[in-house]
This record gives sequence, C-alpha cells and structure tokens, in this order.
Amino acid sequence: MRIKNHPILKFEFGRKVKFTFEGKEMYGYEGEPIGAALHDNGVMVLRQSIKLKRPRGFFCAIGHCSSCLMEVDGESNVRTCVEPLKEGMVVKLQKGKGTLK
Amino acid sequence: MLKQTGIPTKEDIEKILPSKQRREKGAYVVIECFEEIPCDPCTAACQYGAILQMENVNDLPEADYEKCNGCGICIGLCPGVAIFVVDETYSEEKALIKLPYEFTPLPNKGDVVPGLDRAGEEVCKAEVIRVQKHPSKTNIIWITVQKELAHEVRFIRIPEI
Amino acid sequence: MIHQVPMLVIGGGPAGMVAALQALEAGVDVVLIDDGIEIGGQLIKQTHKFFGSEMEYAGTRGFQIGNLLTDKLFSFDNFKYFGRTTATGFYEDGVVTALKDNKEYLKFKPEVILIATGASEKPLAIPNCDLPGVYGAGAVQTLMNLYGVMPGKKALMIGAGNIGLIIAYQLLQAGTEVSAVVEAMPCIGGYLVHASKIRRAGIPIMTSHTITEIEGDACVERAQIVRVDENWQPVPGTEKWIDTDLICVAVGLTPLIDLLWMAGCEMKYVAKLGGEVPVRNKQMQATIPNIFVAGDAAGIEEASSAILEGAIAGLGMANFLGAEIADYDEKHNKYWNELNSFRSGPIGQRISEGLKFVLS
Ligand SMILES: Cc1cc2nc3c(=O)[nH]c(=O)nc-3n(C[C@H](O)[C@H](O)[C@H](O)COP(=O)(O)OP(=O)(O)OC[C@H]3O[C@@H](n4cnc5c(N)ncnc54)[C@H](O)[C@@H]3O)c2cc1C
Ligand code: SF4
Ligand code: SF4
Repeated sequence: MRIKNHPILKFEFGRKVKFTFEGKEMYGYEGEPIGAALHDNGVMVLRQSIKLKRPRGFFCAIGHCSSCLMEVDGESNVRTCVEPLKEGMVVKLQKGKGTLK
Repeated sequence: MLKQTGIPTKEDIEKILPSKQRREKGAYVVIECFEEIPCDPCTAACQYGAILQMENVNDLPEADYEKCNGCGICIGLCPGVAIFVVDETYSEEKALIKLPYEFTPLPNKGDVVPGLDRAGEEVCKAEVIRVQKHPSKTNIIWITVQKELAHEVRFIRIPEI
Repeated sequence: MIHQVPMLVIGGGPAGMVAALQALEAGVDVVLIDDGIEIGGQLIKQTHKFFGSEMEYAGTRGFQIGNLLTDKLFSFDNFKYFGRTTATGFYEDGVVTALKDNKEYLKFKPEVILIATGASEKPLAIPNCDLPGVYGAGAVQTLMNLYGVMPGKKALMIGAGNIGLIIAYQLLQAGTEVSAVVEAMPCIGGYLVHASKIRRAGIPIMTSHTITEIEGDACVERAQIVRVDENWQPVPGTEKWIDTDLICVAVGLTPLIDLLWMAGCEMKYVAKLGGEVPVRNKQMQATIPNIFVAGDAAGIEEASSAILEGAIAGLGMANFLGAEIADYDEKHNKYWNELNSFRSGPIGQRISEGLKFVLS
C-alpha cells in the first residue's frame, strides 16, 4: 500500500511500469527497488532460507543482509532491495542458492 | 518519571511557568525542553530576544517572559516540537493554546476535536480557532480549552473521517 | 583500467559529503562512491528537523540537509560521483576495488582515502525474529520515506533510543498505527523531547520491557512482551501478546569498518562508540597515513558531529595532498571548537570518554 498523504514529504514517483512476480502481473514505479514495489503489492515473503526453508522478507534495505535475494530476468541472487525496477521485469522466488549463469 | 515514560510531571511544568502576575497579563511561551541536549535554534528563533542566548549549545533553553508576546514564531522552529504558547486571558472560561502539529489531515477552523494531555489521553473537547500553515510544515494549531486545562492539553486528535 | 585519483571518498553520508566539499574548496579533485540508489546516507531518510547549531544546519529537516549538500557538491567541476557503487576490497598496493551496478568492477588508486561508510544495524535474536514483517529501522525508513510504501498497518517499535523514537513518530506521520515502543533499559535512551512528542500522540513508551517471542505463519502476526526486573530477568505473569504486522528493530548501531580492517588500520573496541573503531589523530587520520575516517564509521554519534568530523578530515586530507590552505589552522580549530562544545553536555560526555581510547 502507498502512503496517501504525507505531512512532510512529497513523493516523486517514476513512470508506472508492469512487471511479473511468479507469473502474476503487478505494477510499480520505474527506478524504485524491486522489493519496494513487491511490498506495495502485498508480497512480503521474498525468499526461503536455504537450510530450514524459513520465509524471509525485506529486512535491511541496503543490500547487506541477503534476506531479499530473488531471481530477476533469469539471474539468481539479485538483491531486490537495491535493484531498480524496470518495465517488464520477470521476478521469481529463487530455489535454494540459485544458479550461476 | 519523564525519563521512564516521556511524560513531564506537574513539577517539571511548574518549574518553567512564569509568575502568576505574568500569566494574568496575556500570552506567553511554554518551552517543554527539560534535558541538556546539543540544540539551540530556539534562541535564534525569537526576534524579541525572549529566548535567552545559551553559553553552551547544551544548555537548557530559558525564556524572558517580560519580552515574550506569545506570537508563537518559535513554535515552528524548534526541532524538538517542544514549544507551546498559552494565553490564560483569552476569555472568561477559556484559555488559548497554540501547538505544533506535523500530521495530516489538518483540522479546520471551528472543528471540535479531542484534546489530549501529555500522555495522549483524551481530557476534553477542544475548539480549533485557527490553523497557521508554516513553510517548514510544522503547522501551528490554535485551540481553546477550559482554563483549568491550559497546562494539561498538549495535542489534538483528528478523528478519522 | 585503474582510476588514478588524488582523493577517494567511500560513503556519501553527511561525513563523506562534507569532507568532499572541504577538499573541493581547497582545489582538490574528489571522487566519491556510495552504494545507495541516492547519495546522502542516513540524511535522505530523515523527515524530522535536526538538532545542533547553525553550522550543522540545525532546524532543517534531514532530507533537506542532504539536498543542500548534494547541490553544493555537484556545483564543482572537479567532483566525480559513482552511485550504486560498493567498495569491496582494499589491496596492499593501495588499490580499492568497487562493484558498480552489481555488474562492473572499478579499480581506484587514490593518494588519500576517506572511509565514511557509516554504521550497520544490530540485530535482535529471539524466536521467529527472521519472519517477514520484522524490519531493521533503516528498512522501515527506506520504504516509507524514500518510496512512499506503507511498511505495515500496526507497528511495534523495539528500542527507545533516538532512532526508535523518531521512527515511531515517522510511522504515525505515514499513517501506520504504533502500539508501543518497548525498551529493556529502565530509562529512555533517546532525547526526551522526541519521547514526549510521541507520548502525547498516544504511543506508550514501555521502559523495563522486552520482546520475548514473535508468532505468525508466513509473516509476523503477534509478539509477546514482558516486563523485566533490575537483573534483566522477565517478571513472570507480566507477559502480554500484542497483535502487530510490523516489528521495527532499533536496538543500536555498530560502525561499519570492514574496509578499515582490510586496510590494516589499528582498531580498538570501545563500547561507548558502538564497537570496534579506528585509532585516529586530530586530523581524523587513521594509523595508516593515507587513510582518514569520519562519521559513524569512526564511532556512533550524530549527523551534526559527522558533519564536523567530515570537515576536519576533508581539510586534513587536502593538507595531506599539499593543497594551499591559507587559513588551515583557523578552520581546523574552529571545527574542533564546535565539536567540543557539541560534545560538552551530558549526552556528549559518553562520546568524549570513549574518544580518550582512540584519539591521539
Ligand atoms: C532514524 C534516525 C534519526 C536520526 N536523527 C538524527 C538527528 O536528529 N540529528 C543528528 O544529528 N543525527 C541523527 N541521526 C544520525 C545520523 O543520521 C548519522 O549519525 C549520520 O548520518 C552519520 O553520517 P555518516 O556520513 O557517518 O554515515 P551515513 O549517513 O550512514 O552514510 C554512510 C554512507 O556510506 C555508504 N556505504 C557504506 N559502505 C559502503 C561501501 N562499502 N561502499 C560504498 N558506500 C558505502 C552507505 O550506503 C551510506 O550512504 C539519525 C539516524 C537515524 C537512523
Ligand atoms: S512566542 Fe514569540 S515572543 Fe515569545 S518566545 Fe516565542 S517567538 Fe519569542
Ligand atoms: S530548539 Fe527546541 S529542542 Fe532545541 S533547545 Fe530549544 S526548545 Fe529545546
């Protein structure tokens, strides 16, 4: 969900773009982190931990914690909290450690 | 108490209020800043010199109530959102409180809204008599309350529409 | 290709930006790299007005200070900025490697380097603290203040230091309900004016309380809090479950010093400064002569002091490079006087005591 009215800030959003998450169509703003767009669409679980398969979400938001690694356009281990969203991106939950292309 | 809960006590407040005579003369500033922190914009905010210069940036702010006319300019310039203005001479029964407000939506003039005390508890209905928009977005709301609540009410809640 | 540069600044928060400005003003060419999407470090997420004095932009909102400094930097022709660029390594031959846009490796060979990487957040270790919905304080701010995304509907804040108090207020401003601020210490750690402003807006601050457990299927649904006694032990019978979909962890910061370690700078553990910090002199020079430090990476403090330390370091670095600075001593002393006066109150005392171990 987006913030409707903010008493201090005026948000300047980029262009509205379409992307998919696990095949489902979603919208976000160009240039914002993929993770923020997913969050806005109600997607909280971004990956599963490797050994215990526990759900993980957005945590540090600065690319340090590995809690948001996902598969984006076929590439594994993308830090979605710092990777800017682009039109048509294909975002998927990653299996395990992912694969090197 | 303040250090445990964030709520200044009656004694804390009494210490900073002006004399009875001054309170009967008209509006005055109430600076609810009780801790030595490295901060001093209030001293430059008052054009009338009613907030004394500090020797050290960590000093507590101190008001010269004889110089203060209650204009409220300092309210919008305190980063701690800790300055208020109170006028106990507003009318027979009512006192005027000017308070900083950094939320949306803003109330409208004439609205009657819950008046909250320093613990965030509703203690009365307050009437909004003016909404001063401040360029820094620390807007200043003028409300009136029963006189005995002049030093109780410090916030308002805008009921959801 | 190796970029041969006179001065490299790693980290574009207030410390790095102000250091760069000082050096640019002295005529030094500066390259600044920062791993964020936007330059500005912590400043760009801060919607509240900052404390301090005029020189540190007191009374101006954090993000506006960031904008001011950014505009100044980009007005210099001899300033070069690499965004989304993470410094990853520091080699014996003085080469710094950095990863740009997660793709391209850059190499820099600077004559002098500033490490102003800021801090990282301390985690919270309790059952289910890895569930989605448990966020670091920085992540909550990033979502709501940079990208306009509501981080949750009903929040529980852990930690009543300045960061916890300020973000609780910011959550209210964004339209999120805040159930409480929970703090294990018997007293509020942050500034009391911040505490009072959230308290009168109806957020209870529960000192001597801690969070013991989080529950939820795929995401956070509720959390258990409990009162603790003087020995930090939970008091039986005081457990309480609170429904919440957002737990914001603000239990402290620790300096981000990996690069200083890699470079082999002498470090010391100083709890009052937040952890391992570099030994430095009055120019903010570390024990390796061409490495300078400033800001939270040199000890957890505030933006106001990061600005002053940045100014001192930037000046020292320009001097190190042999730039002509006519009023060097005057400026150096002025910044130190400001810094000392800033630290002279009861709050800064902790910092001053900590500095005794690392400042020569
Ligand atoms: C909620 C909150 C409220 C605050 N309120 C106040 C306040 O009211 N007043 C005040 O004075 N201070 C306040 N502060 C503190 C202040 O923001 C920090 O002390 C200050 O930002 C420290 O500045 P810095 O430049 O050292 O680090 P930062 O601002 O953290 O900047 C460091 C930068 O370095 C980058 N970086 C890190 N590692 C690398 C790498 N390897 N390669 C490239 N770049 C890297 C980071 O991405 C970041 O952009 C607040 C902090 C928070 C979190
Ligand atoms: S209310 Fe007006 S006169 Fe009084 S201290 Fe504030 S700015 Fe000065
Ligand atoms: S400006 Fe506000 S917070 Fe700062 S010292 Fe003055 S009253 Fe206190």
